[in-house]
Amino acid sequence: MTSTMQRSHKEIKNTNPKIIMFLCRWCSGKGADLAGTSRLQYPPNVLPIMVNCSSRIDPQLVIEAFLEGADGVLITGCHLGDCHYKTGNYKAYKRMTILSKLLEQIGVNPKRFRLEWISATEAAKFAKITTEMVEDLKYLEPYRKGGKR
Amino acid sequence: MAKLKTAIVLGATCAGCDVAILDLNEKIFEVDDLCEFVFWPTAMDFKIDDLLALEDGEVDIGIYHGAIRTSEDLEMAEILRKKAKVVVAFGACANFGGIPSLDNLPYDQSLFDLVYEQVPSMDNPQGTVPLEIIELKSGDELTLPKMLKDAGALNSVIDVDYYVPGCPPMVPLIEKVVDVLKKFSETGTLPPKGTVIAGEGTLCEECGREKPEQISYHAFFSPQETKKIDPDKCLIPQGIICMGPATRSGCGALCTKMNVGCRGCMGPTVKVKDHGLKMISALTSLLEVDTEEGMTEEQLEKIVQRIPDPLGTFYRFTYGSSLISKLHSDKEDK
Repeated sequence: MTSTMQRSHKEIKNTNPKIIMFLCRWCSGKGADLAGTSRLQYPPNVLPIMVNCSSRIDPQLVIEAFLEGADGVLITGCHLGDCHYKTGNYKAYKRMTILSKLLEQIGVNPKRFRLEWISATEAAKFAKITTEMVEDLKYLEPYRKGGKR
Repeated sequence: MAKLKTAIVLGATCAGCDVAILDLNEKIFEVDDLCEFVFWPTAMDFKIDDLLALEDGEVDIGIYHGAIRTSEDLEMAEILRKKAKVVVAFGACANFGGIPSLDNLPYDQSLFDLVYEQVPSMDNPQGTVPLEIIELKSGDELTLPKMLKDAGALNSVIDVDYYVPGCPPMVPLIEKVVDVLKKFSETGTLPPKGTVIAGEGTLCEECGREKPEQISYHAFFSPQETKKIDPDKCLIPQGIICMGPATRSGCGALCTKMNVGCRGCMGPTVKVKDHGLKMISALTSLLEVDTEEGMTEEQLEKIVQRIPDPLGTFYRFTYGSSLISKLHSDKEDK
């Protein structure tokens, strides 16, 4: 309650943030499917891209998404230990940890880039995280397409 | 056979590239036979008027080293393009922006504040900073070139014909350049425009260290932190950050021969768009690869945090022309 009270004092700077969401085929993708079939409410601002494994996501894809005008990038995968390919999500975790540190050095707000684990049964978590991230990004300026200048 | 008229122009540079040319040893006589220097301020007494006095297109080979940092660098680059038939970007700064381009980061403070006030070794009670124009008592004005907003590579401002990377370009590379010049003066043929005069593959191909079947490492070290480095085995499994897997070959693996990890001064290979991101991708997937299963997030994070400055580590020479340098900072919005 207090957080919504505090938020209402801040002005909304971006009514319609765009989020590129990468889902792994085996857990997060199934979780998103379940959210759909269970008719859970979640914002339409997320553009899902399904890939076979979270470790398939090259850091370059994240940067290109930002340069193409995404306001945020959300990467989801199986929980540690649950990966369909055994250790793909460990690699994704290490990779994205350094990438988020790099983005922080450049001055990109950490709210714009998130890594989350969503299993095939966690439809509610899927809805919660997407809603949360869209809400967060509404209070940031739209991210400039094409970057600097 | 007429000598090739050669001009060597400097931008924001440490002049290490000039020294590298002089490092050619006896091959320098061949350079002397081939080239007539019409402009090279580091080596001989030349002024900008000497370059301006030449006709357009009169210079056969124009070599530019250093980044585009000030309005003077930009002006010199444009003059060189006009006067020279062929322009060569020489060294990491002219190729990718180099170390000067690390200043393009959207820091909270400006470079001037940092250098002239906040550096701990700086004693500047009056807050003196270089000014663009200063008026003397006599009424005359003294001027200094203007700092551009961003430091950039040479091809961000003029058309560049050939690229010679390296910080500085190593002797084997400069020998290659001399051979290209020799062929040009004998037959009049040049390689296709846009050629990078260096190797094609990655550094790993010419580094003689033995690579194991499976590369895995458990921590990052600085070379001075480890007691013993095996001189025959790949550096990465020994925990030393080496940019070799994503870096262009051609330098002769000078650094890795001396137990020092590659720092990436040759820039990315032709297939790589962003040097640092590819290196992050490669290095992190090798970290703890044989034991990662069953580790917790905290354990993994602890190891990754051993790289204190990913930007300085992975983009030491290529930040100015990288993909991530195009991202804008949220701090600018305020």
